[in-house]
Amino acid sequence: MNKLFLIIQREYFSRVRKRSFLLMTILGPLLMAGVFIVPVWLALRDKTDHQILVLDHSGLFINQLPNSKTIKFTYGAESLQSAKAKLKDGPFDLIMEINGDPINGEKTTPLLYYKKQPGMSTEQYITNAMENILFDYRLQGDSIDVSKIDKARRPVEMLTIKVTENGKDEKTNTGTNMIVGFVCAFIIYFMIFLYGSQVMRGVIEEKTNRIVEVIFSSVKPFQLMLGKIIGIALVGLTQFILWIVLTITIQTVTMNVLFKDQIADTAKQNAQVEKVMKNDLSAGMDKMQKVKSPNEVIELINEFQNINITKLLLCFGFYFLFGYLLYAALFAGIGSAVDSEADTQQFILPVTVPLIASFVIAQTVATDPDSSMAQFFSIFPLTSPIVMMVRLPFDVPAWELLLSMVSLIIGFLFFTWLAGRIYRTGILLYGKKASWREIGKWLFYKP
Amino acid sequence: MNPILEVKHIHKQYANHTALSDVSLAIEPQKIFGLLGPNGAGKTSLIRIINQITGPDQGEVFFNGEKLAPRHVEMIGYLPEERGLYKKMSVGEQVMYLAQLKGLKKNDAKAKLKEWFRKFEIESWWDKKIEELSKGMQQKVQFIVTVLHEPKLLILDEPFSGFDPINAQLIKKEILELREKGATIIFSTHNMGSVEELCDNIALINKSQKLLDGSVKEIRKQYSSSIYTITFRGNLMGFTNAVWAAAEFLEKKSEDHVHTVTLKLLRQNKPNDLLQAVLNSGEILSFHEVIPSMNDIFISVVEQKQAANTQSSFTE
Repeated sequence: MNKLFLIIQREYFSRVRKRSFLLMTILGPLLMAGVFIVPVWLALRDKTDHQILVLDHSGLFINQLPNSKTIKFTYGAESLQSAKAKLKDGPFDLIMEINGDPINGEKTTPLLYYKKQPGMSTEQYITNAMENILFDYRLQGDSIDVSKIDKARRPVEMLTIKVTENGKDEKTNTGTNMIVGFVCAFIIYFMIFLYGSQVMRGVIEEKTNRIVEVIFSSVKPFQLMLGKIIGIALVGLTQFILWIVLTITIQTVTMNVLFKDQIADTAKQNAQVEKVMKNDLSAGMDKMQKVKSPNEVIELINEFQNINITKLLLCFGFYFLFGYLLYAALFAGIGSAVDSEADTQQFILPVTVPLIASFVIAQTVATDPDSSMAQFFSIFPLTSPIVMMVRLPFDVPAWELLLSMVSLIIGFLFFTWLAGRIYRTGILLYGKKASWREIGKWLFYKP
Repeated sequence: MNPILEVKHIHKQYANHTALSDVSLAIEPQKIFGLLGPNGAGKTSLIRIINQITGPDQGEVFFNGEKLAPRHVEMIGYLPEERGLYKKMSVGEQVMYLAQLKGLKKNDAKAKLKEWFRKFEIESWWDKKIEELSKGMQQKVQFIVTVLHEPKLLILDEPFSGFDPINAQLIKKEILELREKGATIIFSTHNMGSVEELCDNIALINKSQKLLDGSVKEIRKQYSSSIYTITFRGNLMGFTNAVWAAAEFLEKKSEDHVHTVTLKLLRQNKPNDLLQAVLNSGEILSFHEVIPSMNDIFISVVEQKQAANTQSSFTE
């Protein structure tokens, strides 16, 4: 036991003190914070301004297109040639030529000339505006009151509300659930690969260094394998905790500095929603219509709080740990069977296939979290760490969760035992590339 | 004296080949024991079994009269043929780690290490990484790791390979000193010439079987072939005539009336008879027995065995 502790200690400190560990620890949160902050920033950022010269030969759109904050329309009657010259010297950066005869029902295909391509949103804005004008024009032509149509067409926003065991209402959002599940699953997936391959490399290093023979004259092979797996797990855990702390710090700081006003707005709107929920729902619906859609990205971040964080974190910790342990054992087994990293390809594939497959399965699981496929793969130990994390925010029955956890522990014990048998034989065989058949035989060798 | 290590009827089988078949050995304490044999004979398999890295399929090993058990690893020091250390780890940390794995307490390990580092004059290496050291330097570190916990039994696989002559001498001296202090040493090597003058006892292993074992002196005696080399100045013809009936000439070399002759005494003739004959033919410059090397003995034993095998396969 004391020796196992020594091994864990060495594996841990030799990695934590590396410069690459420090680098990853700092870069990780920057990347993660980036994933959250950049979209918000992009959404809030002022878009580029467009000055558009409209050459409308149909005459329908002249002075009709509404200007926006960033898109301004100017109307001209000159030829395309001379207009293009203006494009070169400014002030216009886009020219739109409208041909055809939409007034008489002919289809029109406006042509947009540019020097620098405008974004999708700009194109979208223009076509939307034109469609609206056409729509209104045609209705008016048929003497239909446009304002009546507007009144008839009322948008519906749905708010899903979960009635919990103790009868309280809880606001949920399917989209947020999916995202939280996926983020957790992705982190597990990523960490298994990252640290699993570290285990494998560590084993190969010891094998090619030939230091195993010295160590095996002091400890049992299984102790060394287990020590390495646990040591690296602790490295991963350390890094992960540092990441969370740093990410939260960075996020809190930037959120408060960059998006102070928006957060206040969203909070106010949320309070309104809460108030609505307390009232009678049917009466509240009408009022809710008045709650304009707040800035969606920031709302999303606020919605994290509505998911049962404690349960999620506990499950995340469990699936992260045991998922890693199971796969790390397999990676250690592979490492022991080869002489160099280049030889790992053929053995790595069968180990990575269930990992990647579970990520693919997870996508379908998210759309139908209670299907029998979702049930099976969230219990099967090779896929459960990822699939279950995606399912979890959608409230999995307790017995399924328990079964999944028990089968993961059994799977972990089984695969570690299996890998241990491969390891103790493989690591002492040098200079020979093992085949699957041989590895199969190793399982039945007497140590 | 009771043997410190006893190996009884060990069998070890790998998938398609037999590594050891019915090998038995007894190793006396405070002796240097040579485990000799060509590559692939089964030496490393046997050593791994003694080190409890692998187990035998059949047979038993006794350490100090007790059945070999995990706690014995702390009394054994092992220098594998393929040397290796963690390349990126510092020398000091590495030796401390390996010493603690052998059951030494942290403080004891540190004190002992400092002593060895002083002895080998490598104190300045403590903070260096292994990869910064030359091969020979790494070997020194590894030797220290092997002997640090003062093992009762020291197993050295190809101990002198990789050392330059000066360091090899240093290591030899240390090994002899360790024996004086009570350690028993097993040398395993295919290069028999490199260790035979150090060994008290040997065992020859070939193709998974033990061919012979015993004390070096006795084996030499048993396989002595009564071959002598004599160098004299004088009349070669007279000498030849005087001894032709008593000896068979193997080699002759002459230069400036100095003749060096290697011959094998026949029948009951003694070296004195030979000298008597030479005395009349000239001035004797040197005379010595050609002692068979372990290499020679090994080859002749293997040949005998093969001859016996072909014989038996003929008669079958």
